Amino acid sequence: MLSSPYINEKTSVSIIMLKVMLALVPAIAAYVWYFGPAILISITIASVTALALETIAVKMRGLPAKPFLMDGSALVTAWLLALSIPSIAPWWLVVVGTFFAIVVAKHLYGGLGNNLFNPAMVGYAVLIISFPVQMTHWAAPYSLAGEHLGLMNTFQYILGGTLPDGWKLDAISTATPLDTLRTQLQLHRSVDQISQMPIFGSIGGQGGEIVALLFLVGGIYLWLTRIITWHIPVAFLGALALIAGIFHLVNPQHYATPWFHLATGGAMLGAFFIATDPVSGATTPKGKLIFGAGIGLLTYLIRALGGYPDGIAFAVLLMNITVPLIDAYTQPPVYGHKGSKP
Amino acid sequence: MSHRIHSFHGGVHPEENKQVSTQHPIAIASMPSHVIVPVRQHIGQPAKPCVNVGDRVLKGQIIAEADGYISVAAHASTSGTVTAVAPHPIPHPSGLSDICIHIAPDGQDQWIERKPIDYRNLNASALRNRLRDMGIAGLGGAVFPTFIKLNPGVPQKVQTLLLNGGECEPWITCDDMTMRERAEEILQGAAIMRFMLRAETVLVGIEDNKPQAIAAMQRAAARCDFPVEIITIPTLYPGGGAKQMIKTLTGKEVPSGGRSTDVGVATFNVGTALAIHRAVNHGEPLISRIVTVTGNVAQAQNFEVLIGTPIQELVALSGNSADPVSGYLMGGPMMGIELAQIDVPVVKATNCILVKSAKLFPPPPPAMPCIRCTRCADACPADLQPQELFWFARSKDFDRAQKYQLFDCIECGCCSYVCPSHIPLVQYYRYAKSEISAREKEQQAADHARDRHETRLARIGREKQERAEKLAQKAALKPAADSATDDDPAAAAKKAAIQAAIERAKAAKAESDTAASTE
Repeated sequence: MLSSPYINEKTSVSIIMLKVMLALVPAIAAYVWYFGPAILISITIASVTALALETIAVKMRGLPAKPFLMDGSALVTAWLLALSIPSIAPWWLVVVGTFFAIVVAKHLYGGLGNNLFNPAMVGYAVLIISFPVQMTHWAAPYSLAGEHLGLMNTFQYILGGTLPDGWKLDAISTATPLDTLRTQLQLHRSVDQISQMPIFGSIGGQGGEIVALLFLVGGIYLWLTRIITWHIPVAFLGALALIAGIFHLVNPQHYATPWFHLATGGAMLGAFFIATDPVSGATTPKGKLIFGAGIGLLTYLIRALGGYPDGIAFAVLLMNITVPLIDAYTQPPVYGHKGSKP
Repeated sequence: MSHRIHSFHGGVHPEENKQVSTQHPIAIASMPSHVIVPVRQHIGQPAKPCVNVGDRVLKGQIIAEADGYISVAAHASTSGTVTAVAPHPIPHPSGLSDICIHIAPDGQDQWIERKPIDYRNLNASALRNRLRDMGIAGLGGAVFPTFIKLNPGVPQKVQTLLLNGGECEPWITCDDMTMRERAEEILQGAAIMRFMLRAETVLVGIEDNKPQAIAAMQRAAARCDFPVEIITIPTLYPGGGAKQMIKTLTGKEVPSGGRSTDVGVATFNVGTALAIHRAVNHGEPLISRIVTVTGNVAQAQNFEVLIGTPIQELVALSGNSADPVSGYLMGGPMMGIELAQIDVPVVKATNCILVKSAKLFPPPPPAMPCIRCTRCADACPADLQPQELFWFARSKDFDRAQKYQLFDCIECGCCSYVCPSHIPLVQYYRYAKSEISAREKEQQAADHARDRHETRLARIGREKQERAEKLAQKAALKPAADSATDDDPAAAAKKAAIQAAIERAKAAKAESDTAASTE
């Protein structure tokens, strides 16, 4: 080495990414428990696609493939995308989403560390705009599903689109709680009535609320191991709860409770795993608070007033645009510039 | 009495590795085969050699005199014969050479006449000059001439004398061992500094990983005839940095670009206090210092070493280890410098020789792109945003790097240490700083040249105008003398010509003025 320091902390980008994936494991296990093994298949498809595309992209840029495959960033993107879209989505949907995440959002912007937008959320946004129908076919919780698809049948469905004889898509899929809330509100039902429907659990959705809880647990692990700081998740969830609380207080029959908003959709996954993407997020402590709060606020507005059931992806992407400005205006004072007096 | 501790932002906890070199007391290093004393061992002007080849010198004799305001003298560290006054490699990462005075020891180690200084009855400025001639410079690593810092200033600016026993760098234990073994002498040095600065408070900051040093200093403080507070601070690198130490003990921040005296504090390393005690109370100039020899050696230890001892001879005293040596650092692993060769001498800045092996210091993995994880910003004790500075330095956006306070970076290495992408961040900052300094120098030269050019143009313009006016006056006087009548048409024509000449001269001046100002 040319100059000091001559020692490094035992850390690396790979270790960070590995810990992020480790933090996702409990929630994925719960996902399998409540919604079946489809998520394992979609995560696998996304991972293989991401690694293949990463290899091609890195080689085309004239860089050595191994360190970039080993850094784990492509795998994290793949997992987050797979967890954001319906687990029983057809294989090509996962591939298209992964392509936009890895090739367009990441490598066309200069690869690891240079993307302005969260790659997984770019993939998600492309899919929900281009394939809205497929993106609404979510696996029904086992507790509600008429039939249980085994691993092989799930495999056949995802790869070939075929269900066992006599089965219908309705039997294995359902609308999400957020989606149900949206459509039922349009039918002039009240929140109280809607939440009596079977898809709802005690706070969020059947099974989904447990998955959300385990995302929270994983997030706390990331905070404890100092992979993330508290700023973005707390600001995100705080702002989401606050604005949801205000709307709920004003009209409880038309606006769901704040804890419902925290426990459904991508709130927990988004707060701890997606909005905390360091590359595309704000970097100063104050900036992280503004960035997180902005996402929470936009998420709610899109959910409650916008055209999409969940708003995380668009909220994150919109706030990604503001990052350079936020960072520039929230620089903390440097030592010796705080006007200390003798 | 418990003192309130403040915390500074950031910092890291590298593995300390200090226990290996604290198992044995400080040993006196054996007489070196030859002594090489560089004339520049401090920040500032190099000292001027005042001995010739062939001269016999005594231990403690001045062999190079202070030259200029920021300079201190250099001394023979043992008696012997001057064999050369010539360039020799000095401890510098580039392997640079500088003028050194080479002495062949005669083995008698014969001192000059040593007389204690009656500092209480000596004029303040004369006392400072004595310390300058005793060669006292800061032993914490920056080697700033100490006598300059011992000026209380007018009006009295320094209320607090702060002795720095932080020693936060991994591996280094010279200050720790000095405090353990020579606590009383350190505080006798502090008494002199306190007197010179007319300081009210004396604080000693020591990191809590040195319990024996703390105990020794407390015992010595209890026997002191002036109040000294020994303050235990948390072990956190770079807590021993002067700015961080001041923040920890006083809660004050040294203003950017300012000095510690701006917040009423004068900071000295504990080793410097010891050197002052030896100089004032024993008449011994700074000819030796405590050096830690550690790392990949058979037995790590601290030595009292004569300045000018070749580092290879010092390292040999600790014996070879089984592992192959992969290099030598002077200083610690966080801020030390890699020595290109080890036939360089121990100088006043040499606090530690850290022998490297591939096992102890494996090469870092190749650098990956920055993922803006901001661990560097979390670790930065100067509250900078290293990830932004890296970006600006890499893209040569030096203006923005300066706007983001690049020059407040203390190069402590915390950012590089924690970077998961293993980016040598500090190298980028050093590069950016040197580029900016080079540009500023160029800019100054260009400004100077432009000033000179403008002055020249202005002078030429002025002279031209003066000439024209003189000519016009002469012409005006002449016709007035020889023609008596105002009606003379020839005289009127002449007058008009003169008037026109004056107008032309004025116009020429105005033109040259505009030319100069738009240059």
